[in-house]
Amino acid sequence: MAVTLRIPTQLRELAGGAAEVEVAPGTVAGILTELESAHPGFRDRLHDDSGGLRRFVNVFVADEDIRFLQGVDTVVDDGQTVSIIPAVAGG
Amino acid sequence: MASVHGVRCRECGREYDVAPIYTCEWCFGPLEVTYDYDEIKKTISKERIAAGPLSMWRYQDLLPVDRNPALDLGAGFTPLVRADRLAAELGLGELWIKNDTVNPTNSFKDRVTSTALSKAVEFGFKTAACASTGNLANSVAAHAAHAGLRSFVFIPSNLEQGKIVTTAVYGGNVVAIDGNYDDVNRLCAELAGTYRWAFVNVNLRPFYAEGSKTLAYETAEQLGWEAPDHVVVPVASGSLLTKIRKGFGELYKVGLLDEEPHVRISGAQADGCSPVATAFKSGSDTIKPVKPDTIAKSLAIGNPADGYFAIDAVRQSGGSIGSVSDDEVVEGIKLLARTEGIFGETAGGVTIATLRKLAQEGVVRSDERVVAYITGHGLKTIEAMAPTVRPTAVIPATLDAFHDAFDPSLLED
Repeated sequence: MAVTLRIPTQLRELAGGAAEVEVAPGTVAGILTELESAHPGFRDRLHDDSGGLRRFVNVFVADEDIRFLQGVDTVVDDGQTVSIIPAVAGG
Repeated sequence: MASVHGVRCRECGREYDVAPIYTCEWCFGPLEVTYDYDEIKKTISKERIAAGPLSMWRYQDLLPVDRNPALDLGAGFTPLVRADRLAAELGLGELWIKNDTVNPTNSFKDRVTSTALSKAVEFGFKTAACASTGNLANSVAAHAAHAGLRSFVFIPSNLEQGKIVTTAVYGGNVVAIDGNYDDVNRLCAELAGTYRWAFVNVNLRPFYAEGSKTLAYETAEQLGWEAPDHVVVPVASGSLLTKIRKGFGELYKVGLLDEEPHVRISGAQADGCSPVATAFKSGSDTIKPVKPDTIAKSLAIGNPADGYFAIDAVRQSGGSIGSVSDDEVVEGIKLLARTEGIFGETAGGVTIATLRKLAQEGVVRSDERVVAYITGHGLKTIEAMAPTVRPTAVIPATLDAFHDAFDPSLLED
């Protein structure tokens, strides 16, 4: 088992076109660091100059917005899915 | 035909050609349509608009749609009603109600749907789709039926019965999701990456959102080509408010308003879903998402991605963003109905109750020309009112029974 990380369309080129990659369990921050090591380029796209997630990048763990959990400190367990999704205003 | 430049990221400014894309490839920021206003100014005129259709499409020169005629069920050109009786109750002077309850599917969403699906047909899409709190579902299902498009509309399963029936009747696919609107929206963002469908408020969003500008154009035209001093607008995603502001500004850019408008913009939310009002009041630059709990379901977006731009528009214009309780929403609906004969849905109650509050606080002033936007019809949210209004009397069909039921003084002319 591992953690499944789902990648939005516009970032798939950074992962060789993959829609999903498998990563080791850990915090969201740790997983994103691991992603950057495996596929360089993600950090700049997901983070602003201050190092925080860009304000139109939403991250979900097991379908819950991490802003309702512990943010990038949210722990992701084996078998869970992390989704990176562009903010869509809806309405 | 509008002179469209392309689409541009509102965050980092990167530019793209016109296409069914909605987020910046680089920073995920939302994309917005840009125009060549000098080019539009050469052809647009008050006379040309007056000779156009009695719908929002009279302003096609300022909309990102080439197709002519556009997909038009008759959205827009709704009444602007002088509201003297309501103004007197609120201690205001010149007050107008933009009555957008009388659109083809009874909400302002017909404006954005008509724009988005006109563009979708241009792009060659065969399937229309949306994530909706109800009003958009009605509108997409109806416009898709009219255009002969397949449709998939996604709604939270706890929506008002009226909004489900008035969507399903058009014969498309209605998918009720076990979750709130933000759950529906997230699913649709993922589906939009999977299927080549025209999700009007996802991949067609830059075009969709432009349709709301017509609320500003109409208001100005109906005021004799003048801008109001202050507008009060309900806030869900925040898009409507920002586009109304954009609309007034564009009228000046293309020469239809003689003076640069300085319209104060105020927003209205329900206490049970007020992330934008909360951020505004705290002076914060961060909008903290919430789990909505309000009868104003059409405004129940807990994670409003255009909220940042709405706050910017309100701050820059010198307005405010207020929020009201569900009880105040119900009272607001009744107040508008009782004084002006207009039955708005819960979002309308939010707007009127917030207008009342802002008038009491002196934010909306009696020396201002004020326009309040009522964006959906009360028949859509009848559950909210049913417990609080009832027949004055229930009697047999006899004169005696009638006379027994009323004090004689009530019956004099």
